[in-house]
Amino acid sequence: MTGQLHKIPEQPSEQATIALAPAVSSSKPYQSGKLRRTSWLSWIVSDDPPGRLLLNAIVLLILAAFVFAPFLFPGAKALGVASRICIFVILVASYDLMLGYTGIVSFAHTMFFGIGAYGVAILLAKGWVGWGAVILGAAAGAGVSLVLAAAIGLLSLRLRTIFFSMITLAVASFAQILAEQWRSLTGGEDGLTFTVPAILLPSFRPLSHPVLGVTINGPVIAYYLTFVVALLLFLLMLRIVNSPFGRVLQAIRENEFRVEAMGYQVVAYRTMISALSAVMAALAGALMALVLGYNGPDTTLSFSLMIDILLMIVIGGMGTMYGAIVGAVLVVLAEYYLQNILGGMNRAIDGTPFLSALFHPDRWLLWLGVLFVLIVTFFPQGLFGWLRQRR
Amino acid sequence: MAEAGDVLLRLHDVHTDIGRYKILHGVSLTARHGRVTMLLGRNGAGKTTTLRTIMGLWQPRAGRITFDGQSINGMDTPDIAQLGIAYVPEYMGIFGKLTVRENMLLATGAQGFAKDSLDRVLAWFPPIKLKWDSAAGSLSGGQKQMLAIARAVVEQRRLLLVDEPTKGLSPVMVDQLVEALLGLKDEQTTILLVEQNFHVALAIGDDVAVMDQGRIVHSGDMAALGRDEELQQRLLGLSMAVGA
Amino acid sequence: MNTQWRERLQRWAPYAVTPLIVLAALPAMGLTAWVTLTVAGLTMGMMLFLVASGLTLIFGLMEVLNFAHAAFVTVGAYVTVTVLGPLVGWTTAPSLALNLLALLVALLAAAAASGALGFVFERIIIRQVYGAPLRQILITIGALTVIEQLVIVVWGPEAIALPKPATLRGSVFLGSSPIETYRLVALFVGLAVAAAMQLILTRTRIGLVVRAGVEDREMVQALGYHIRRVFVGVFIAGTALAGMGGMMWGQYQTLVSSQIGDSMLILVFIILIIGGLGSVGGCFIGAILVGLTSNYVQFLAPTLALGSNILLMALILLWRPRGLFPIGEQ
Repeated sequence: MTGQLHKIPEQPSEQATIALAPAVSSSKPYQSGKLRRTSWLSWIVSDDPPGRLLLNAIVLLILAAFVFAPFLFPGAKALGVASRICIFVILVASYDLMLGYTGIVSFAHTMFFGIGAYGVAILLAKGWVGWGAVILGAAAGAGVSLVLAAAIGLLSLRLRTIFFSMITLAVASFAQILAEQWRSLTGGEDGLTFTVPAILLPSFRPLSHPVLGVTINGPVIAYYLTFVVALLLFLLMLRIVNSPFGRVLQAIRENEFRVEAMGYQVVAYRTMISALSAVMAALAGALMALVLGYNGPDTTLSFSLMIDILLMIVIGGMGTMYGAIVGAVLVVLAEYYLQNILGGMNRAIDGTPFLSALFHPDRWLLWLGVLFVLIVTFFPQGLFGWLRQRR
Repeated sequence: MAEAGDVLLRLHDVHTDIGRYKILHGVSLTARHGRVTMLLGRNGAGKTTTLRTIMGLWQPRAGRITFDGQSINGMDTPDIAQLGIAYVPEYMGIFGKLTVRENMLLATGAQGFAKDSLDRVLAWFPPIKLKWDSAAGSLSGGQKQMLAIARAVVEQRRLLLVDEPTKGLSPVMVDQLVEALLGLKDEQTTILLVEQNFHVALAIGDDVAVMDQGRIVHSGDMAALGRDEELQQRLLGLSMAVGA
Repeated sequence: MNTQWRERLQRWAPYAVTPLIVLAALPAMGLTAWVTLTVAGLTMGMMLFLVASGLTLIFGLMEVLNFAHAAFVTVGAYVTVTVLGPLVGWTTAPSLALNLLALLVALLAAAAASGALGFVFERIIIRQVYGAPLRQILITIGALTVIEQLVIVVWGPEAIALPKPATLRGSVFLGSSPIETYRLVALFVGLAVAAAMQLILTRTRIGLVVRAGVEDREMVQALGYHIRRVFVGVFIAGTALAGMGGMMWGQYQTLVSSQIGDSMLILVFIILIIGGLGSVGGCFIGAILVGLTSNYVQFLAPTLALGSNILLMALILLWRPRGLFPIGEQ
């Protein structure tokens, strides 16, 4: 095609420039003098707070909800949902590093999620016990992910966006097939069940009396472990995107020709962020395995999971980091509770077979998909990005 | 109906941006009917951008472009082409996987080749006849250039936009090309020609416009510029007059 | 002289891959199995080609990759179910003519339905994302999800059986090798469509414009052609082809589920990558390669079967990073 023969840069069409308006700009109009007072707070969020009063409030509210989750939403199911959201925040935020900040579309993200999970699962299932095994497994998963992501990056990031995406799809598919077939290592389609370290078990009760009406046991500790690790990783990623390294990434997303012309090795930067993103995903996977005490190909490697990640990041808001939080909360809650809403609507409408099929609880994915398409079309910046930018 | 010497193409204060880069800063030039207008200038002066803007491949931010009295601002490239404007880009625009015949066929309408038209083009560029059924990608650089021009003129055109046709050609081929361009001139074809080769410019140019940094810095008679060495030095630099 | 031979070798080497694989397989499995599997592989290749060719043309011409292409496959398969329902008299009749006629009706219906949906799709969704690869990927994946869910809304979540017509159920024998009758029909249909496509592309003006447009869209416009209008036509043709592929595949599997398109999607992508994005000829050869590989490996080493095509893709990419027959000059 034209681009290969001569280097006339393309005149960007209007669509292309509006395409992915990120909420992050080099000047931050929303940064008020308020934060300068509490400087340690702004250091924690790397000078990249949600911004608007409403957004700060929402994020703080979500944070509070998570801090007090076991007390606000008692019960194993709710705690499971909360853990899942925390893990997904990391999974989606790490994906945003590539998609929102650097402009790379990869379908291999779930593969790294799975590698991290299997890292922990395999070691614990083989009989190794204790935290040593967990840390070793997580590290192994992260290491393999790092190397794999770097390899994929160096080999294919030179290629056009679409070609690269297709290849990542094939690689992820291969990983899924491998996990399903290699019974001796991964337990095949059934997956691996294993015993988590003692303090995470339901039987572990450090306190004899309940606190605020809730018994503190293993799963509660597991939840807090997940929450704290997720919080730390999130803040780490926030720091990375607001560093000089992060600025280069954003510049690459805007105009890679220019960045290359300025002397930066674009491929190197892309590879680094892919590797970093993969490591984060692997760590999220390790947490997932720990929380569930189980891992299988469907839990971490499926394509529908990849679609979930895309849903979350697009609905939440690409290129904002906080969008990952908003998206993860919304989509996971939708997965669990949208079905109830649809069921309710169904009973209320009591219409033709077509209508009842349209609003059937199992069709939650249809409505999320419609929302997804609408957001990509009209609000490319996602909910958070849109809220951040409006006057 | 335009008479010889009338203005066929007029650019008035045209500004073109590519993304955030401003390339053309108020370009105004005219091309007269039946005459060859040379567009000269250093690399990066904006000559290619000018041609592309006329052709509608890039949209101007401001200014007016009229062709035979009709404004062609903002028109789609195919519509501009259908007005009778042909464009031969610097990279030639040959479809390598198609045969020479198929490349030529794309330039004709549903009726196919008009025999006389085709014959004269084949006379100007014999290699095209030789390689008629070969893949265009197998032609040498010079032959591709000939094909590009042949394709542009096999049908009668009202305006020809040609971007650096002699670039990289051997002297023999340059001569053949000049012959062809003179032949076209005889047919009263209006040509806007971007060229680095000053000798070629002298040989066939009637009028000249010199560009620098996105602006027209001189326009007038080609022969007059040819006689004025000092002006040549100033506008185009030493390399221009020497290289040929 | 040496370089000339080397150049020739370079140019013709990609064509040798398929024959090599076919020949290499023969000693590994014996003649009887080889004949059966080769026909099976070619047939599968044909059906995949129907689906993949549309996608590669669309991408080659306008650089749009439609992840929702799988949805058109699914729609084609389900429309077949609906159309063959009232035609059950024809499909159960012991008459080859009636059976084939029923299939033809279904084929045309699937093509029409997918083509019509494609027209609407191009207008509403694709038009917004020309030139924006990120948004393209996202919006078409979203659309894929939505369309597949809508298919479930209309036809229900259960997989639907699609038994083969009466006379096409058994096998014929080529020597001692059994070949499913339906496979022969599918092979014929696939080849017929491929031949028609080839004729249109090489003998008609519109085909010429498309081939030129795949190489250099801008230049074609500069020659006076409204390539956007051509593209709508190509898009509809591509989705219609996908529908046909879905019809043939669904009938072949005798089972139609909402995942039918997805299952083909990864193979189609592999074919596009192997063949070279935008090259119909490359797509044809790529499809045959994938079909053959799937069937050969399924027989020789069943555990590797699912991953074999991805490995094939990796190997070919290591040799030719842009696919076997890339468009555009090196």
